[in-house]
Order: sequence, then C-alpha cells, then structure tokens
Amino acid sequence: MNPIISIKNINKTFSTGEEAVKDFSLDIMKGEILALLGPNGAGKTTLISMICGIIEPSSGSVSVNGFDVVKDYKKTRSIIGLVPQELVLESFETAMNTIQFSRGLFGKKRDHEFIKKILTQLSLWDKRNTTIMELSGGMKRRVLIAKALSHEPSILFLDEPTAGVDVELRKDMWAIIKNLKKQGVTIILTTHYIEEAEEIADRVGIINKGELLVIEEKRNLLNKMGTKTLTIELNSKIKSIPNSLSSYNLQLASKGMSITYNYKKQEEKTGITSLLVDLKKAGITLKDLDTNQTSLEEIFVDIVRK
Amino acid sequence: MNFEAIKAIYIFEMTRTFRTLLQSLVSPVISTSLYFIVFGTAIGSRMEDISEVPYGAFIVPGLIMLTVLTQSISNAAFGIYFPKFIGTINEILSAPVSAFEIVIGYVGAAATKSMMIGIIIFITAHFFVEISVEHPVWMVVFLVLTCVSFSLFGFIIGIWAKNFEQLNLIPMLVITPLVFLGGSFYSISMLPEFWQKVSFFNPVVYLISGFRWSFFGSSDVAIEVSIMAILLFSSFCLYTIYQIFKFGYKIKQ
Repeated sequence: MNPIISIKNINKTFSTGEEAVKDFSLDIMKGEILALLGPNGAGKTTLISMICGIIEPSSGSVSVNGFDVVKDYKKTRSIIGLVPQELVLESFETAMNTIQFSRGLFGKKRDHEFIKKILTQLSLWDKRNTTIMELSGGMKRRVLIAKALSHEPSILFLDEPTAGVDVELRKDMWAIIKNLKKQGVTIILTTHYIEEAEEIADRVGIINKGELLVIEEKRNLLNKMGTKTLTIELNSKIKSIPNSLSSYNLQLASKGMSITYNYKKQEEKTGITSLLVDLKKAGITLKDLDTNQTSLEEIFVDIVRK
Repeated sequence: MNFEAIKAIYIFEMTRTFRTLLQSLVSPVISTSLYFIVFGTAIGSRMEDISEVPYGAFIVPGLIMLTVLTQSISNAAFGIYFPKFIGTINEILSAPVSAFEIVIGYVGAAATKSMMIGIIIFITAHFFVEISVEHPVWMVVFLVLTCVSFSLFGFIIGIWAKNFEQLNLIPMLVITPLVFLGGSFYSISMLPEFWQKVSFFNPVVYLISGFRWSFFGSSDVAIEVSIMAILLFSSFCLYTIYQIFKFGYKIKQ
C-alpha cells in the first residue's frame, strides 16, 4: 500500500541556527492513527508545520497523496485539516462565521447541512451564534476541530489536541478521533500524554531533539520494548537473595517480604518456570504472584533518556 | 484560482467592517464634516475662488482623498496584521490559497471599505457645498485606483509591522503630511515656485490633482501624468508584495 504521506530526509534549521528537525523520514499509511510522542521542543509542531505549509523545510521533501507539498501545495493542502496547539481564533467572530470562513478558505462552497452535522457531532450547534470570546477553553478547542473538519479533509493533524482540557472532554475527543478513523480519515496527533497514544493510536513514533527515535505499531512497541515484572510475595522474610539464584538478577523488596524478577514477555524462554523451581530448591515458600507490564510512558522515558 | 477562498477572506473582512460600523464609517464622516464646517464654511467663505471654483467645493476632492488614502492604508494594514498578531495567519498559510488570492481578498475588502467611505463623504459634501462632477467616469476610475493602490501599500505595512505602534507609524508620519502638503486644501500653483518644485516629488500631488480634474476639469499636473503616477505606485506595491511572498518575509520561517 502506498503511503498517504511520505516524508523524506527532511531538515529544518531556523535562522537562529537551531536545528528543529534533523534528517527525518517517515511514511504514514492511509486510515491509520499515528501518535507522535516527544517532550516539549522535540520538533513535533515544526514537523507538522512543514507538512501543512506553514514553515518551509530547509531540505528534504514531503509528499501528500503523491503530490509534493511545495510544488503542488494546492492539491496537498486541500485534503489536510490542522487543529493547532494554541487556541488561535478571532475573539469577536461567531463560531459559525469562523467555521464557514475555514470551509471557504479551503475552496469549498458553503454547505449548511454539512456544517450543521459537524457542529452537532462536536456539541457546538447550540453555540453557533456565540462569539468566540464567550466560549470556554474546551469549546474553543471544539471550534478549532470543527474548523479543521469543515472542508472534509482526508488527513487530520491534531497538535496536542487535549492539552489543558478536562478528562471528560479528553474522552469526548478520543471518541471523535475514533469515529473519524471509521470514516477513513488518516489522523496524526502529537501529544505528550502517553495515555492518549496508548488509548487511540495504531502506531507510535517517538521524537526527541528533531529526530525520530522509534516508529512502531503500538502493540509491537509495548511487546518489544516492554519489560514485565514478576513480583513474588514470600511467606516469610528473607535477609538476602541466596547465591544459587544470583543468575536471575532478583531484587529484594518490601523489607525482605517479596522478590521482583524482570523478564521480556516476547522472549521464548522467560525463565519463570526455572525460577520457581530454583526458589523451591532454595527453600523459599511463596505466598502470592503478581505481574506488571511496563507502560508506554516508561518506554518513552527510557528511549528519550538514551 | 481558488475563488471560494477569495470570497471567504473578502466576506470575513467585510463582516468585521459592518460589525464595527460606528468606527468604520460614522467616524470618518463626522471628522470630514468638521473639515467642511471649519475650512469649507467658516474659513472658505472668506477665501477667493481657486480656478473659478469656490473654495468650499475646491477642497471636496482633497478631503475625499485625505480620508480614502489614510483609510485604505489602515484598513489593509490592520486586515493582514491582525491575523499575524493573534496567530490565525497560520490557517491562511496552511490553506490551498496563493499569495495572489490572499492579496485579492484582503486588499479587495480594504479597498471596498475605503470606496464606501469616499462615496459617503462625497454625499455628505452635498449638504455643505454645491458640487458637480465634470468627468464622473474618471472620478470613479481615480477613486478605485487610489483605493486599490493604497490598500496594497497598507498590506505591505501590515506585513512589515512588528507591533501596533509600527502599524500606525507610516500612516501618521508619512501619509498624513504628504496628503496635507499634496494640495488637499490648496492648489500647488498658490505656492512659491521653489515649493511648487518640491511638491512635485510628493506622489500624492498627482492623485489629488487627477481626482480634482475629474471634478472641475482643471488640475495642477496633466491628467496623463497623474494616471501614470498612480499606475507606477500600484506596480511598485504589487512587485513588493510578490517579493514578500516569494521569500516569505515576516510571514514564513
């Protein structure tokens, strides 16, 4: 399958000399939800801005649906919707006017029924004639999404869509994004909420200092990078790990009342069976067992630190 | 050509005009009426006719130009500066619109607004002085060309300005003196010879002279020269805007 967005060796160096994006290459497939994770200043917004045409790349190329974003900008931009990170809206305009403006700007004729459908989906229909400055932060965020969707894009960029919004609205946003995916829209979202990527993304890319460190299917990433921890609760306290168990790299916890063992789930032999046998041989009796999967957050921190 | 985008920008800008009707239209009409009362009626009644035109009527084209020039610049400058200031310019930059289409939308709206003000002042003038137009078609041509060319100039200022102070700097420090010294309230021929020569370096002289010719059939400079001057100025503005978008000056990083 041909990618809907193909980024090839793109670089961006600002006039200040700051290298925001370095030799970045990535293919994004049609209909997927890709989450780009990265700390503040990692280059996520710069990358999106280059694809959307707000910033010119210093070198490299980006094609959208087979068209170059610089040479054929009209063709590429007309199918892209962008929800910016900042709540940038004309305060004195009504929600309806600003959304109609966006639709027109992207070359589409006015379509009252379509706009009504979007506003209803986003619970904005009742607020259509309210001026932007009278809307709450969450409602403004919804207006930005409505603006991005107003021209029926097949690619949607969401730059930190749930930054600073409450839990309820965040869950609403996730439902909207999942629904858009069902309609065939390709979604690229940047976030530093790992929970968000874990909840809705198909693939996860991790960016730091302008470089793509990892790009993986979310499940593969969790499986490949994720370490599982087996916590063994003991019947009686032990002072130290017996020498016969040194090869397992066990750690003593809970003041000698439990042992933890780290293993890779995807490996053929996890070593759990032999550990349990050796524990029995060492005369240690077990009370309970528990396992924990490393979260995407821990993987992210681990990769970024490296 | 993305006509829908041009339409969207134009309608959006015109909506702003009608939302701030008092500031946009009523305020220039009041200030111009004050000029008519002071210069036209009070002082004008003691002034001699200029080129057989009563002083009150003589200042009408100059007053229209004074308002139209400053309004064209400030409308267009504010129109493009405001999205830059609040950040909504990014939506325009990420839309499938060319620089040319953006300019038509913003400059078109700014020029329309100035023309509306010019026409309202023209109508207002009839309440104070008796006035007739000798070349109505040329009057419209001059009004349209002036509104468009100075809106283009305002658009450049809006892109160049880093803050609201800079936005008002050129209109205040350059345009207003040029208009006042460009023959709004007097004929260039009334000046001593030296200052007449200096005045011919003022581009506004050509605009006011041409516009006044369309009213009274007499002018300080030949009508052809006036038309050439305004076309030259428009071409300069268009070329500057082309360069701005080509290199992304103060728009794209």
